[in-house]
Amino acid sequence: MRKLSLSGLVLAMALLLSVPAWAHEAQPLQSDVAVEAQVQRLSSQLRCLVCQNQTLADSHAELAQDLLQEIREMASRGMADQEIIDYLVARYGDFVRYKPPLNKTTSLLWLGPFALLIAGGLGLLVMLRRRQSMAPEAPLSAAEARKVSELLK
Amino acid sequence: MKRALIPFAIFIIMVGFLFKGLFLNPREVPSPLVGKPAPAFSLPRLDQAEKTFAPKDMLGQVWLFNVWASWCGACRDEHPILVALAKSGLVPVVGMDYKDTPLDAKQWLDERGNPYLLSAVDADGRVGIDYGVYGVPETYVIDKAGVIAYKQIGPVTVEALRNDILPLVKRLQAQ
Repeated sequence: MRKLSLSGLVLAMALLLSVPAWAHEAQPLQSDVAVEAQVQRLSSQLRCLVCQNQTLADSHAELAQDLLQEIREMASRGMADQEIIDYLVARYGDFVRYKPPLNKTTSLLWLGPFALLIAGGLGLLVMLRRRQSMAPEAPLSAAEARKVSELLK
Repeated sequence: MKRALIPFAIFIIMVGFLFKGLFLNPREVPSPLVGKPAPAFSLPRLDQAEKTFAPKDMLGQVWLFNVWASWCGACRDEHPILVALAKSGLVPVVGMDYKDTPLDAKQWLDERGNPYLLSAVDADGRVGIDYGVYGVPETYVIDKAGVIAYKQIGPVTVEALRNDILPLVKRLQAQ
């Protein structure tokens, strides 16, 4: 019993001793969280070039790990998201971005769906107009009307 | 009747695009580095680790910069072609041994022949990132002013050499 309380005391002292140590570590931990969040945010927007349909965050390829490390270092140096993305685009091209920017080569990709929508809308409009201008169907003759009502009986 | 042909025509056009797509290589991502100066670096040499190599050492000549590794399967395919190219003396080839161990790399060259003027050692792959390397082997054609003129992704083939690389090298050498 006595032994137990002694070890309890030692434990309590050890815990007390370690409090200042925690206080010191809290600071870098804070910024680590911010850096990690930035790495997370960026890695889910960037493509792994080895396994092309995965983001850097999802990929286990060695290059993806290297690039994550590179991004982490840039993030901890305080570089902004855009600066880091620019760094990678300068080396690997727009293809590293999951959301391609609007430029000459990607304009068809960005504007194509809208062009198709407009073309379809115009086509529909033309078709409806044409249908409207068609001659209305002739009303049923008395004999036809009689036949219809007989069939519907 | 003519109107019924319109959807068919659209279908045929789509088939045309998809058919072309079958023969494109999605792994060939155009490099933004073509037309830009080759990124500077200074790396130890594989043969003499105390000496370093920098791209500016090659200023004034047209050269090929080939990224390889002993663990890389496709490098095995292109290696005899590089050895033959080196023998022809048409253009110097500098290698970069990417994320490899020097011992494996040296043994690899001993077994297969060494086509390189020298090989720089990029042990941690940092310089590889600067060059946008994502699939070894990759080969860059660099002109006399140190500007990247062409990038071959994947192994150098006889066709690529004959149709693209060597004509380009000749044109650059004449400049």
